[in-house]
Amino acid sequence: MTISARIEQKLTAALTPSRLVINDDSARHQGHGGHHPEGESHFHLTVVSALFEGQSRVERHRMVYDILAEELAGRVHAIGLRTLTPAEDV
Amino acid sequence: MEASVADRIRRDISENDVVLYMKGTPIFPQCGFSAAVVQVLGQLDVKYKSFDILIDPGLREGIKEFSNWPTLPQLYVKGEFVGGCDIVKEMYQAGELAALFQAKGIATAAGA
Repeated sequence: MTISARIEQKLTAALTPSRLVINDDSARHQGHGGHHPEGESHFHLTVVSALFEGQSRVERHRMVYDILAEELAGRVHAIGLRTLTPAEDV
Repeated sequence: MEASVADRIRRDISENDVVLYMKGTPIFPQCGFSAAVVQVLGQLDVKYKSFDILIDPGLREGIKEFSNWPTLPQLYVKGEFVGGCDIVKEMYQAGELAALFQAKGIATAAGA
């Protein structure tokens, strides 16, 4: 399974997002520290989930980082994040 | 994490109002995400202390554990963790970062 498929699977299971966008930004980071020759090292995610309701930005990002801890400890160097509640997703 | 690293972080974030843990230096950031935060702080004209975690492997691992945050850069204001690159940028765009500095009595371009 690709890393992005795994990210999708984990976030979908844990956060039941109403919208989830996963962009692989790895190509934009070529030659820069943390870039992996096989790609899938840099991602940008937009996650819209009702579970973010009442959580600060830091708490929301921590939730996502916790779910993806295994990926972040491995090949994934960076995950850009936009975390919104359905009401904020306009 | 060595106790001394945590002690050092605790001291640094209490002795400096604004602290940025980053890759590289404000003049030569070694990572686009660190560069973005440097740029925001520059826009607000805030005085801050920065630490280059690339030359300090103990600090690099220590700060992640200390903040319970797996990535860098990391911004601290008055001893409190504010966030990483995305949060700092979002807060800046929403005017919340300037408001935070103002609330904490830290001089910015807007407040000058």
